[in-house]
Amino acid sequence: MSCFKSKYTDELIANAAYIGSPGKGILAADESTGTIGKRFASINVENVESNRRALRELLFTTPGALQYISGVILFEETLYQKTASGKPFVDVMKEAGVLPGIKVDKGTVELAGTNGETTTTGLDGLGDRCKKYYEAGARFAKWRAVLKIGANEPSELAIHENAYGLARYAVICQENGLVPIVEPEILVDGSHDIEKCAYVTELVLAACYKALNDHHVILEGTLLKPNMVTPGSDCKSRAEPKVIAEHTVRALQRTVPAAVPAVVFLSGGQSEEQATVNLNAINQLKGKKPWSLTFSYGRALQQSTLKAWGGKEENVEKAQKAFLARAKANSEATTGTYKGDAQLGEGASESLHVKDYKY
Amino acid sequence: MSAFTSKYADELIANAAYIGTPGKGILAADESTGTIGKRLASINVENVESNRRALRELLFTAPGVLPCLSGVILFEETLYQKSSDGKLFVDILKEGGVLPGIKVDKGTIELAGTNGETTTQGLDGLGERCKKYYEAGARFAKWRAVLKIGENEPSEHSIHENAYGLARYAVICQENGLVPIVEPEILVDGSHDIHKCAAVTERVLAACYKALSDHHVLLEGTLLKPNMVTPGSDSAKVAPEVIAEHTVRALQRTVPPAVPAIVFLSGGQSEEEATKNLNAMNQLKTKKPWSLSFSFGRALQQSTLKTWAGKEENVKAAKEALYVRCKANSEATLGTYKGDAKLGDGAAESLHVKDYKY
Repeated sequence: MSCFKSKYTDELIANAAYIGSPGKGILAADESTGTIGKRFASINVENVESNRRALRELLFTTPGALQYISGVILFEETLYQKTASGKPFVDVMKEAGVLPGIKVDKGTVELAGTNGETTTTGLDGLGDRCKKYYEAGARFAKWRAVLKIGANEPSELAIHENAYGLARYAVICQENGLVPIVEPEILVDGSHDIEKCAYVTELVLAACYKALNDHHVILEGTLLKPNMVTPGSDCKSRAEPKVIAEHTVRALQRTVPAAVPAVVFLSGGQSEEQATVNLNAINQLKGKKPWSLTFSYGRALQQSTLKAWGGKEENVEKAQKAFLARAKANSEATTGTYKGDAQLGEGASESLHVKDYKY
Repeated sequence: MSAFTSKYADELIANAAYIGTPGKGILAADESTGTIGKRLASINVENVESNRRALRELLFTAPGVLPCLSGVILFEETLYQKSSDGKLFVDILKEGGVLPGIKVDKGTIELAGTNGETTTQGLDGLGERCKKYYEAGARFAKWRAVLKIGENEPSEHSIHENAYGLARYAVICQENGLVPIVEPEILVDGSHDIHKCAAVTERVLAACYKALSDHHVLLEGTLLKPNMVTPGSDSAKVAPEVIAEHTVRALQRTVPPAVPAIVFLSGGQSEEEATKNLNAMNQLKTKKPWSLSFSFGRALQQSTLKTWAGKEENVKAAKEALYVRCKANSEATLGTYKGDAKLGDGAAESLHVKDYKY
């Protein structure tokens, strides 16, 4: 075969398939220290290690929530943190059948000569870092590449650089036992229509899979984390969930080989409820879908939880209920059975779009 | 979407899907005049237009055959020929629920600086020719790209040239209402093992689908005609189940689900081998979001040709031989072939010719 031989092959394939289990998805809790600081600022909480620890403990110990989660993406600091009673977070997860994941990229930098397009850094010493993370209990990784739609964007250079960066990251992960999530996010910013987004998404995904093939990546041991296909944030016309579902699934049918076990969507700037309703529509669509279609949500799983918590111990139970409600709703969405009846927490319908969002 | 907008889009999608109908497949009867001459020579038949016409009439009017077929690929001459009672072949096919197809490439030529690798010609004026063929009743086309496995082959250069040639051909077809069959044949010649064939097949198919994406081809309106993944002709044979596993895995890794059907070439396999391998693929329990069917030339016609031998008195028996193979392959598309087809003379005979040139 064209993929390389990894001593971890069977494990990679099993873990990737597990993450796509029906009824489960990923909680993206890998906000960097800087990014989580912005979240905390919005609820007037100080950005110190104990607060970051407390938030993640709140999420990971929510009664009944982990059954809906197959994996959690962590930031490096969190991989080594413990609950207040001294239990490592990775153990809490493992005992609940949740795979710990780790963000391994080092953020984006601009590509000279382009109109603000970027590439993602983090390849130097990546193999050694992956080894270390595997020893600490991580079983999958995430690397976010970013593209944007504009008059002349994404350029061929940006597509190529980001696709080949993702492919190199992916094979290094597999050499070290981590399932790579391949994330080529096309930002929702812009006034383009859904057709344009579909066009760009198909171009970008085709480039990604060519790059993955060139780099001998084992597709059965990877996950894809794409944007859904939607109109731009400034587009005059909105699109119904069914239309988003049709365009999204068609784009995937045209580009994502059946060997990929699961597609775990990013939420982009969608509100909690939108992200759930769209995922539900995707799973209700009749058509060829040889991969699981599930979630890898950050903001769209935590927004109302954060607001309910406000950093206060006495709000933990309320905040946990909010998190459980979103986790359950998204679990139902993976089987197309969400009835739209999740008790909407404060802010669940609020758009989470921030123009030109930087992690 | 990234596909261009063709006025024929709905028709292309419907025709491509039809060709992949379970229980049906393609008869590749598009041998050029030179190639059919070799076949006719092997049964001592003169290579003249009337004999070529008679052979194709035999094939298209054989009882029970057309229901097993969704398409027939024709050479240009045949597109305009008629049966002995004056009926156009394309009409006979259409009335039998079979889409006429047309070979549109102009053969291969060597790529300078390579070790005998080739590219395929035929892009000049292709649009005009496709229009003409569509008017004559054709609804799909075929273009054969050829790659080989060797020490340093296929080279990146050859993969790129062939993939991009196929993509350009494909979009020109779609602009003119013809469903393009994308055929990147990796020759079976060589002493490599099945893993090498799998690696090369995956690399070639990945390049093809990148090229098709770059050229804005509407994948739902295409077909793929690949080689099965097998050991090289000079290597030990393996069981059909092994071929099936490696072949389907290669396809899972490279062929987008939007492609409605995959119609395998037989490439030198005997009639019986080709059927058994196709059958094994359709029995495999695994993700297969495209139909898996046949587009066989030699592997459908070998025993028919031998039985006919150019003689009128053999026509009936020759037609029966063709029906036997068509039915067997029809069952193979459903995974229900029991291996019990009455083997015609030569059905188990390898059809491999080293370094085969069409």
